[in-house]
Amino acid sequence: MDTNIWRPILYLIGFMAFAGINAAYLGWCERKGAGRIQRRTGPMEVGFQGLLQPLADGLKLMSKQLLVPDGVDSILFRVAPILAMIPALTSMAVIPFAGNVQARAVELSVLLIFALASIGMMAVLLGGWASGNKYSLISAARSVSQNLAYEIPMLVTVITIVMLTGSMNLEEIAAAQQGGFWNWNIFPVASHSLAQAIIMPVSFIIFFICSVAETNRAPFDMAEAESELIAGHMTEYGSMGFGLFMMGEYLNMVVGACLITILFLGGWDGPLGLSGGIWWFLVKIYLLLFTVIWVRWTYPRTQIYKLLNLSWKILIPFSLVNLLLTAAFIKVF
Amino acid sequence: MSVPVQCRHDETFVLNLGPQHPATHGVLRVKLTMDGEYIVKAEPVLGYIHRMHEKMAEDGNFAQFMPNTARMDYLHALAYNHGYCLAVERAAGIEVPERAEYIRVITVEMNRLTSHLLWWAAFLLDLGGFSPLLYAFDDREQILDLLERITGSRLTYCYFRFGGVYNDIDDEFIAGTYAFIKRLRSRLPRLYHDLVTGNIILIKRLKGIGMLSKEQARRYGCTGPVARGSGINYDVRKNEPYSVYPEFDFDVPVYNECDSMARYMVRMDEIEQSMRIIEQALDKLPDGPVRAKVPKILKPAAGDYWASVETARGNLGHRLVCDGKKNPYKLKLRSPTFSNLSCFGEVAEGMLLADALAFMGSLDLVIPEIDR
Repeated sequence: MDTNIWRPILYLIGFMAFAGINAAYLGWCERKGAGRIQRRTGPMEVGFQGLLQPLADGLKLMSKQLLVPDGVDSILFRVAPILAMIPALTSMAVIPFAGNVQARAVELSVLLIFALASIGMMAVLLGGWASGNKYSLISAARSVSQNLAYEIPMLVTVITIVMLTGSMNLEEIAAAQQGGFWNWNIFPVASHSLAQAIIMPVSFIIFFICSVAETNRAPFDMAEAESELIAGHMTEYGSMGFGLFMMGEYLNMVVGACLITILFLGGWDGPLGLSGGIWWFLVKIYLLLFTVIWVRWTYPRTQIYKLLNLSWKILIPFSLVNLLLTAAFIKVF
Repeated sequence: MSVPVQCRHDETFVLNLGPQHPATHGVLRVKLTMDGEYIVKAEPVLGYIHRMHEKMAEDGNFAQFMPNTARMDYLHALAYNHGYCLAVERAAGIEVPERAEYIRVITVEMNRLTSHLLWWAAFLLDLGGFSPLLYAFDDREQILDLLERITGSRLTYCYFRFGGVYNDIDDEFIAGTYAFIKRLRSRLPRLYHDLVTGNIILIKRLKGIGMLSKEQARRYGCTGPVARGSGINYDVRKNEPYSVYPEFDFDVPVYNECDSMARYMVRMDEIEQSMRIIEQALDKLPDGPVRAKVPKILKPAAGDYWASVETARGNLGHRLVCDGKKNPYKLKLRSPTFSNLSCFGEVAEGMLLADALAFMGSLDLVIPEIDR
């Protein structure tokens, strides 16, 4: 009984710390990565290799006045940055980092994470609406249509995974993929039929594109679009309001990477049958995060209507076909 | 993307793009009437950086206006130097030594390279690509270092003099320029074309977007890469040759697609053509003086003179009216960007905001040159 009370509390503190460190230090990683890609050094001044830069940035943002401009909806304006951060933090609680390393085991954790992700989208909508700025308003409208378009293929893809595993519990989905990369959902040669192994990489690509779009990252950062909409929903925010939006974005990236790792890359399972553990999980999510950063600093931004066309005309039909084929293969084999 | 069928005017809103907006690169303000994300009406508003350069020309003597020329188009300052020198030299009947003409062509073309490289960087920034900025600045920095050695400045050059140039170029400059051209030739296909020109997102955003028809380009007086991207084969260096340009073998890239991609490709090809001109000029560089003997205070005969040069943005004309005194009676500039921008309102109508900004980027605007 004793352990049952303390376990969730300790784990929650641990995950909060993990989330906080990630939210701060992914910014540093991104700046360093961008620096390397652009043939410069990135932050170097504060601490060794600029390692204290996130701390300095945080202090700077916190010491600034929380400015609420005239003509904004003052309640929603204050609520929006909090809404950007909280759902992402909450989702961390149900993510299994390794077998039994999970703050709260929820039977329908897949559903919970997607519900929370939708609340995160509300932050952009409310922030953009409450700012009373036309650029922010356009950004809010864009983000709604974008999230709506990309949640559908994402959920349909998740349904294929759920059908394969027969569970909506993230831990069970990961546990079903143990024992080498040939069991992972991205290329399940051993555990499922060969036909399935051909379909799943497509699902993986669809899911990856959708998660980049859902987290508002370049080349799909239509809501932020600093050269068109001047950072869109964040235009009117300063100090920690802006800081929370940024941290929320990085946390969403982490949650997205965790989801991809669990759904497709076998969770904490080691490749080639090496003994699994939390380190494999971390290696996988950081590889995914690096890919996302790499993509951002390589590609120009797409256009909002091209983005929506990509989802409605390509990703959704493909994911639906995937779903049907998966259902058929499960029935046949 | 098709234009919305019907737009009710009570459902539009006005969006002020600028004067401080990252995509307008300076203090251009565009008053946009929007229907959602579609532009119903676009109206450029100028005058935020008017400094009365033309009036200043009337107040000082001829030489005193020289530094002002670089403050208008700060990205291709040497072409402005050149245009003004040409006008005054025609008025005063000054002969320029051949070596000086060659040096003028070399430095102007190098300056054109910096201008196109910077345009490329800023254009990609408009489209949301960050890294190309740093790659282009890396190359641009090499040219600036070379030019700084002989002109003494890096951006607002005042290098040309009536009857020649201020400084002779030396062997180190020549060797450095050859080395730079070799370097840029090796970098162009990999860093510029493979990474950016062939990028699917870039192609999708530029192909067929921002259609400026040949007729429109003519009507608005567009020149330079904007006109050449619309199929108008007009380059002052070829059509109204000045300086020693007729002695060089170079092509004028012309594209008939009329879209943003065509304007992009024209500039990318011009980078290669400029390198060809520089190489030929360095190969043929004659010996001799770099400055003719010219009186300190010029008093050209009364008359009306015209000189136009090809800047990175198009046809720059200087109209110089003299009345026999030591200062110009009137100096009127015909700047290329003003005409190139004029078409924005008509073309942007019915476009999406993001496409309109990409179109604006492809016009290569330098605002201080519009306002002067």
